[in-house]
Amino acid sequence: MEPVIRIRDLRFSYPEAARPALDGVSLDILPGSFVAVLGANGSGKSTLAKHLNAILRPSEGSVLVHDLDTRKPEDLIPIRRRVGMVFQNPDNQIVANVVEDDVAFAPENLGVDPAEIRARVDGALRHVGMYDFRLHAPHLLSGGQKQRVAIAGVLAMQPEVLVLDEPTAMLDPRGRREVLDTVEALCRSDGMTVVLITHHMDEAARADRVVVMDRGRVVMDDTPRKIFPQAERLRALALDVPEATELVRELNAAGLTLPEDVLTPAECAAAIGGALCP
Amino acid sequence: MLKDITLGQYFPGDTVVHRLDPRTKLLLTIVYIAALFTANTVLGYVVVFAALAASAALGHIPPKALVKGLRPLLFIMVFTAILNLFFTPGEDYIIHWRAIRMTWTGLKNAAAMLVRVMLLVSGTFLLTYTTSPLAITDGLEALLSPLKKLKVPVYELSLMMSIALRFIPTLIEETDRIMSAQKARGADLETGGLVQRAKALLPLLIPLFVSSFRRADELATAMECRCYNGGEGRTRMKVLKMAGRDAWAFVCGALLMAGIIVLRRLRL
Repeated sequence: MEPVIRIRDLRFSYPEAARPALDGVSLDILPGSFVAVLGANGSGKSTLAKHLNAILRPSEGSVLVHDLDTRKPEDLIPIRRRVGMVFQNPDNQIVANVVEDDVAFAPENLGVDPAEIRARVDGALRHVGMYDFRLHAPHLLSGGQKQRVAIAGVLAMQPEVLVLDEPTAMLDPRGRREVLDTVEALCRSDGMTVVLITHHMDEAARADRVVVMDRGRVVMDDTPRKIFPQAERLRALALDVPEATELVRELNAAGLTLPEDVLTPAECAAAIGGALCP
Repeated sequence: MLKDITLGQYFPGDTVVHRLDPRTKLLLTIVYIAALFTANTVLGYVVVFAALAASAALGHIPPKALVKGLRPLLFIMVFTAILNLFFTPGEDYIIHWRAIRMTWTGLKNAAAMLVRVMLLVSGTFLLTYTTSPLAITDGLEALLSPLKKLKVPVYELSLMMSIALRFIPTLIEETDRIMSAQKARGADLETGGLVQRAKALLPLLIPLFVSSFRRADELATAMECRCYNGGEGRTRMKVLKMAGRDAWAFVCGALLMAGIIVLRRLRL
């Protein structure tokens, strides 16, 4: 399958930084996949995200979206239209005073026809389950709702890839679940390619592929089931494992023999159940 | 506590006045002001007042709200009235005692001034009472759009206005939070003299400033991510449309202006 985004030997340094933020990253993002990028603070995961839609340009190496090059100024708008980005703080990415006007911002910038904008806005709001709130003022919504509005604002561009840079970091558990469910549904039922930057292990466990970063490099890249059982290695990178995986590990250390590649509480319960009454 | 501040004085409603195109309302406000300053007779002011009262009634705006809007201006109104009353040159004295001179012309001027200011302020308040700040911004942008030819960044200005409106509640919330944080650490924001209180505000303002800059930076990036590229080639989801009622409103405005001009000519 032809990748949507092709990253080749990407290097990037912030001005006056001692060491490069990205130090030779190569990745292919396949269409329709759900990729989680994990890493401790300062691992370069947010910097990598900002390269995907040309907010930052490579110092060396290249980032290609199909055939569009993030280093070429004339490719900027086409790239940003294809690769949508949602940030951490929902308050700082909502532009308008009314939910539906905010969602309309991107297609308005693209010069889309008014009737078509209306259709896209309604469609995007329905997708994230915020259609009933279309006439509300954004500051009266909960964090999870605001973040879903921000996602709708990006969906209205009809992008191929949705990049989310720690979208749940400022949300309560309920808001986190709302946002994650929305994102996962977009990938599973609409075939949207999703790149989720996160440091929550249980969020990463929902992805098809986990890319672990450390000091500007990709150090692990595999399916969650293969990544999370390697608890020692993850700990060395200042990362945790999902709670369910952790519990199975501790039970195994205490003498049980449960399958190690357990990710969710449901799977964990099934594994323990299976061990108790075979 | 800061949350109680109402911003803009929009009274949401669904009356004819509310539904008028914001451009119509802005233009009619200008016509109204012109009529007010053309009127120079008692009957003229009565007509202008009647126009104001009729619009307020159509928009279901209680007279109390219009009067309330005048309160902050009370001091200026009294001050200008006193100036007019005592310092208008003339010979037709009512009181002339040492340096204190009050003339009939002065009294007339003072009264006319008061009436004008009151009608002016209530008229503009009627606009903000019946039009949401956002609609006013859109209307202004549409009306000023010919200036784009002169390289005036009309779209950018209106975007700035609407972003400012968007962030007012967010920043108020933030101020509240910083105030609580400072109070929790023993800051005293409410007592002391003026200088002391001003000093106490400093630890409040600095974090607020810093965070607004950070917000501005993040918002700019988020806007770029959504293909913001200046006002050129931009379309709008909601296109302003004039309706039959707008035509009627313009007819009323024209009648008002014509009537006032006739009254002025006839010196009635």
